[in-house]
Amino acid sequence: MSDGARVDTSEQTAFREHCRSWLAANHPGEPPVRLPQSAIEIMNSDQMDFLQAWQKSAYDAGLVGCDYPEFCGGGGHTNFQRIANDEMIRAKTPILPNVIGLGMAAPTILNHASDELKAELLPRLLSGEDIWCQGFSEPGAGSDLASVQTFAEPTDDGKWVINGHKVWTSLAHFASWMIILVRTDKSHKYDGLSYFVVPIKSALGKGVTVRPLIKMTGELGFNEVLFENLVVDDRMRLDELGKGWQVAMTTLLFERGAGNLDTPRAGGMTSKASFTTSVSAVVKLAKETMRGSKPVSDDPVMRDKIMQELVREEGFIQTSRRGRVPELTDHPMRIPLQGKVQVSELHQRTANLAMEVGGAKGSLYLGDDAALEGGQWTLGYMNSFGFTIAAGTSEVQRNILGERVLGLPKSK
Amino acid sequence: MAQPKNFGYDADAAALKAQAEKFFNDRLPVDQLHALVAHDSTPERDPVVDWKPEIWAEMVELGWSILTVPEEKGGLGLPLVAVAGLIEAQGKAACPSPLLETLNSGLVLSHCDQADAGFEAILEGKSVALAFADQHGSYEPSTTQVQASGGVLSGAAYFVQEAGKVDALLVAAQSDSGIAWYWVDKSAPGVSVKQDAIIDLTRDQATVTFDGVSAVQLGSDACAAFTAAHPAISALLAADVVGAGEWLLQTTVEYVSVRKQFDRPLGFFQGVKHPLVNVMMAIDETKSLAYSAACAYDCVEPNTQKAGHVAKASAADTADFSASRAVQMHGGIGFTWECYVHLYFKRQMHSKALYGDAVWHRAKLADIVFGPIAA
Repeated sequence: MSDGARVDTSEQTAFREHCRSWLAANHPGEPPVRLPQSAIEIMNSDQMDFLQAWQKSAYDAGLVGCDYPEFCGGGGHTNFQRIANDEMIRAKTPILPNVIGLGMAAPTILNHASDELKAELLPRLLSGEDIWCQGFSEPGAGSDLASVQTFAEPTDDGKWVINGHKVWTSLAHFASWMIILVRTDKSHKYDGLSYFVVPIKSALGKGVTVRPLIKMTGELGFNEVLFENLVVDDRMRLDELGKGWQVAMTTLLFERGAGNLDTPRAGGMTSKASFTTSVSAVVKLAKETMRGSKPVSDDPVMRDKIMQELVREEGFIQTSRRGRVPELTDHPMRIPLQGKVQVSELHQRTANLAMEVGGAKGSLYLGDDAALEGGQWTLGYMNSFGFTIAAGTSEVQRNILGERVLGLPKSK
Repeated sequence: MAQPKNFGYDADAAALKAQAEKFFNDRLPVDQLHALVAHDSTPERDPVVDWKPEIWAEMVELGWSILTVPEEKGGLGLPLVAVAGLIEAQGKAACPSPLLETLNSGLVLSHCDQADAGFEAILEGKSVALAFADQHGSYEPSTTQVQASGGVLSGAAYFVQEAGKVDALLVAAQSDSGIAWYWVDKSAPGVSVKQDAIIDLTRDQATVTFDGVSAVQLGSDACAAFTAAHPAISALLAADVVGAGEWLLQTTVEYVSVRKQFDRPLGFFQGVKHPLVNVMMAIDETKSLAYSAACAYDCVEPNTQKAGHVAKASAADTADFSASRAVQMHGGIGFTWECYVHLYFKRQMHSKALYGDAVWHRAKLADIVFGPIAA
């Protein structure tokens, strides 16, 4: 049950051909290191170097940023990115490492920055040469994002001095830049917020400190970022003073997959080095895993459980497809706003189900040769909580859906 | 044939659905529906067939009953995805009619080798129901308790949907040469219909007995034709569940936005809000799977059987979930006869097991995905 054939224009057909032939000749092949399950779990520079080189080569070939204007370093096309994404995933490439940059920073900059800033920042963002991170959450501002306290104070010469503490900052240990939501007025909760882009790598030790956090999996991935008197030019501000919340809504719209521009996406590479959570992988595991003298796939209860998940997965795929058919949707945001909660919970349930299929082997982790898929299911299950918590928890997503789509009264 | 990305749901399909929504809204708004079908709350009441034949006559006039007759046999050539839109609208209105059964019969006839007489009757405006289940409520014709001998039927078919409304029956009967489909006019001598006392007030169901009834054979392999049509039947029934589910969701949303406790509308509380969002997502899953199954059927995809099972497995769970949450979130009033919610609750309870419950469909699906369980 695939998405099926799409009707391309002649330019799109030619572009698809270009993608296919380029990918056939330039797939980076088996990586030299174990790759993470997603970009926000990149732990070390070996992984990052490999993935950055891959993103740069895909960018140079015109497969990343195709729908961005040419003066921003993009291809200047319309609806080409979706084709490039299809083809990169079909070719089972590595993932693109600059995931925060491509998915959140770039569309926010495109919608809210000056042309000068767009031309300065976007080319190296799209190529992956500059890794980006996102400074939203703080120790005291999680689901209640608008309560951020990191403060930007104006200086006499028209600059800003930033002080504060950001947390759960994925990729900050590799990042050159951060998109950051700060308070510029303490007397208004929402209207007191402003939005900047700030340097990280070049400011380390000069107002910026990045401290890695160790996750429950034992992996690195996200960080605390401390700002102590970091001075930033006013031209690094996006949109007007006091409009930070509106700009942040653009970021979140794209983060939740509901924006009007396709985010460059690649991935699907399956090897010992990389791993994709899917029900078909659970089906395979159930056929291969013995319980006594029979495979798990002969157990009627386990068959039913796996089929329940297969129905949910196919429902997610077909709902994504239906989201592009306005005649089959009642409310324009009804499907886009479901994407994040659906995919994160689907992966969580699927990984948990795989461990149940694995039985006793579900207890084995990365360091054990007999672990299921080298321990990737166990790792994936734990990491799935990063996705059901980050970017608005599943609970916050349900508030948003209830309020924005069903029109229920606000829970705050 | 590859599936179009829009499911083949075109402007004509959207127009048909819009027309159907307006039609049901005009002809049978929910207060009139309640007055029509819920006039007697006695649990032990005798079964009755409450419906408006004049509404059905208009539906026939609009051409809706012939939508699954193939174009080369005189049908209109609309894809099944368009028919799914019509059925979604009927489900949302919970309108009692023999539409779905007549369409299902058209689908089964489309896979029969001698079906012309059946198509002619449907094109003349006759309504039809499928009669194949055994006394235990089998989901397939293979255990039918109707026998055929020399074109004469005897025995009984159980759980026949809309038997009280239709003009004719498409009967699966066992003979020496296998199980075949037979066409029987309901008014033919020897046919007797005993209505079941069912929970669903918006449909009827009956045991139909055949006592030496002359019948015309229309398809020689009943099980094969039924299996071939089954994904389409699943898609349509799933669309009905989606329509009814959407009514339950929207009605409940309206209620919890108005009803106050602790000085707040109920919908303010996350304990109410989040389950309703879950219902919405369940309906969306089923809707996507209903239209993708219909599209797979239209495209004669190799995955059509799988798509049908996926759609109805999802629909059965969504029927249950949308109904139970609607009653629960309405609180005390949702538990009463006067609140319209029970009409849809009961329709969903009935839809849940029609043409296969969730576990049955998932078992079929598992047989496709894993292969049968080793003996």
